[in-house]
Order: sequence, then C-alpha cells, then structure tokens
Amino acid sequence: MADRSLWRRFLALPNDSRAKALGVAFLVALVCAASVSVTSVLLKPRQQAHLVAAREANLAAMVAALPGLDEILRASGARSLQTVLVDLRTGTIERGADAAAFDYIAAQTDPAQSTALPPEADTAGIGRLPNRAPVYLLRGTEGLALVVLPIYGTGYQSTIRAFLALEGDLNTVAALTIHEQGETPGIGTRITNPEWMGLWAGRQVANAEGEVVIRVVRGAAASAFEVDGITGATRSTTGVSNLVGFWLGPQGFGPFLARLKAGEE
Amino acid sequence: MRKTPLTVPLIDQNPITVQILGICSALAVTTAMATALTMSVALIAVLAASSVVISLIRRHIPASIRLVVQITIIASLVIVTDQFLRAYAYEMSQRLSIFVGLIVTNCLVLGRAESFAMRNPVWPSLLDAMGNGLGYALVLLLVAFVRELLGTGALFGFQVLPTIAAGGWFQPLGFMLLAPSAFFIIGGLVWAIRSLHPDQAEPDEFALRTGRQERVR
Repeated sequence: MADRSLWRRFLALPNDSRAKALGVAFLVALVCAASVSVTSVLLKPRQQAHLVAAREANLAAMVAALPGLDEILRASGARSLQTVLVDLRTGTIERGADAAAFDYIAAQTDPAQSTALPPEADTAGIGRLPNRAPVYLLRGTEGLALVVLPIYGTGYQSTIRAFLALEGDLNTVAALTIHEQGETPGIGTRITNPEWMGLWAGRQVANAEGEVVIRVVRGAAASAFEVDGITGATRSTTGVSNLVGFWLGPQGFGPFLARLKAGEE
Repeated sequence: MRKTPLTVPLIDQNPITVQILGICSALAVTTAMATALTMSVALIAVLAASSVVISLIRRHIPASIRLVVQITIIASLVIVTDQFLRAYAYEMSQRLSIFVGLIVTNCLVLGRAESFAMRNPVWPSLLDAMGNGLGYALVLLLVAFVRELLGTGALFGFQVLPTIAAGGWFQPLGFMLLAPSAFFIIGGLVWAIRSLHPDQAEPDEFALRTGRQERVR
C-alpha cells in the first residue's frame, strides 16, 4: 500500500507547489503521448490500405486519361499494364520475380534492399536508393507504347510520390501524376493541380547529347525541356523537378531506359 | 423552452454568432454540407472529450500550467480524431485536409475548457460542451446549406436545383464557393439574431459624431 499512499500524498499536495506542477505536467504528457501513439499504431494498417487504394486508382486514372491509349489497348489486346521488376544497379529486368507481390515502399528503407546515397548524389533527397523498383510497361502493335515509372523524393516538407509516364520513344513525357504529398495546404499542394501536372505532357526529357535536362523553371517555360513553375510554391515545384531529374538520371532508371532504347531487355 | 447548459449556446450564447469564435473553420469547410457535418462531428467529439477530461482533473491542475495542460489534452484529442478520420473516412479527411488538425487552434475549444470545464463538475461540463458544439454545428450547417445550394445547386452532393450546364434553369453562384461569401452569410445571421434578440447587441465602442462640425483652428 506504499505506492497508494504516495499517490494520495501527491494528490494532496497544494496545487501551487513545484512538485505538483511537474508531476501533473509529466502525467498529462505521458497519458496524452500514450493515447496518441496507441491510436496511431492501431489505425496504421487501415490508413495504409486507403493510401494503396488511392495509388492504384491514380495509376489507373492516369493511364486512362492518356490520349490514344484506348486504341493501343484495343489494337494490342492488352487489358492492362505489365508490371516488371527492374534492378536499378544494372538496369536489367529481373526475370521470374513476382513483381505484383513486391513491396516497393518497404524496399525503400530496408537496409537489405537499398543502398545509402552520398549527400552530393542525392538530388531527390531520398537518403537510400532501393536496389529494385517496379516499372509498368504497355506494348502496342508497334512495340513499346508506354513506360510508367514510380518516382519519389523530398519537396518542401514531405515526400512527394508520383508516376511518370514516358511515351514509346522514351524521351517524351506522356503524363506526370502526383498521388501522395504533404506539402503546405493551399500553397505547395498546388503541385497536384491537374492543370499543372498536365503541363508535363509532351515535354522532352533529354537533349540531343542524351543529357537529362527536363526541369521546372521560374515563370514561363521557354523550351520543350522546361515546365512552368508555380509562384509561391517554388520549393515544392523544385522538389518535383529534382526528383524527376534524379529518377531519369544514371542513378535512377537511366540505365534501364538506355537498355530499353537499345532494344535489349 | 427551459434554458439549460445544453440549449443556451444554441442561439442565446451561440459561440459563432455571439462570441465570434471559430470563424476560421466556419469559412473554410462550409462549401458543402458533407464537409460541414463531418467537421461539426469532429469538433463536438473533441470538445466533449476535452471538457470531460479537464473537468475530471480540474482540482489538480496547477494554475501556473493550466493552459499548457489544457492545450496538451486538446491537441492529443485532435490528433486521435484526425487519425480516426483518416482510417475510417479517407475521402472526407482528404477534403477537410488541414482543418481537422486546426481544431486545436479553434478558440471555441480552449475557451470552453478555460471558462467552464475548469470550474464545473463533469456532467454540466459535458452538457456545456455538447451545447456549444451543437451551436457551432448549427451555424456551420446553415452556412453550408446556403453555400452549397446556391453555389452548386446541390445538397449533400445530390442535385436539388437542375443547373444550366445540365440542361436545367439554375445558374450557380460561383461567389458562394469563395470564402468571403461565408462572411456575408454569417454577418446576415448575426444581424437577424440580434434583431430578434436586441439584448445581444453590444453598445458602440465609439459614438459616431453627428451634425455639423466646427473646424478647430
């Protein structure tokens, strides 16, 4: 009964004593922190399921909105995209791997499935580069019609996740759709504005020398390699620009796209 | 009607129209009935729970740290509510975005905790919280009703007035979907309530000068 009398003595302390103030502050903080953590952990699987569903719906909506895709699908007889696993270190497709069951989100932080990036090479702000990534391919009657790359990186204050679709020439952006971000509401979140994401369609990725030069500029775009920035959302749009450049570059899907272009897989 | 802690805040002491608290969210989430309703339910849940908890421990909250303790409790409840919305009403949580999180800065919640729950037993505190939450909900739903009906011709997403775009006769008022329209509607409400209950009107802070004024040299 010692602890009970201790508790009684604590409650009986005058409210203006220092011990009581510290004790009450500590207990309130403890109970509040515990309740927030418990709800967060318990509800996580359910929230994650919603995010996965939203991502799939986004991919489907982006593919459905691409011009001319209906004809390709009808001509090729394909019902949907083919998912393949790409080894980012070599740029080759892994045969026999179950791409549908691959947990890409987990692979991004798992030390066994990712490699740490040196800060100077980490232009997308991702910290670790996963060893393997899923890619969605769509083949028509005239060969490759569409390549959809899942890309992500740091914007102003959150991880931005997007799908980048390239046309069959692997140099023209077919579409960019951002499906997950936590940028400043009303300011940075304008990167998910369909009009802005629509600006990416038709942009060119690399110049004649093969360098990836596509980027977001301040103000209005002047060439086929540039996309208009959003005033007030400079850091968020620069983040998108950086992550697109990173994932199309030599550390991202660059080697894979080069192999694809050369005709070998 | 008998006046109880539950019914007084509905009109006589309505937090929005009389105390002018919680205006920010009243502007932001009232473009549609569905968001206004969800926001009201979230606020009532946070307000009721925080009032009960604070009233329970009111005798042991040292005066020097009472605001910190209150805001910690309120903030935790807001996070929990937000997590529940994200888990069970994902679409709605996306539409409400930051405004559920901003309940924590809603003066209404802290105001009731500080002025009522700190000084009263649990049951009256709960009634007071429910009353104030319902008063807030009432105004939110009224404003949302006007804005959604006139702004889109729909209620809870169901088309009530056929719009011209859909081959009907109703021209939606785009202005109703912008934040300033909520100011006008709330202003109209305040005016209407104070015309019916003249005792709510405060005296002028400064008397307007009337008549000819001599130029002072």
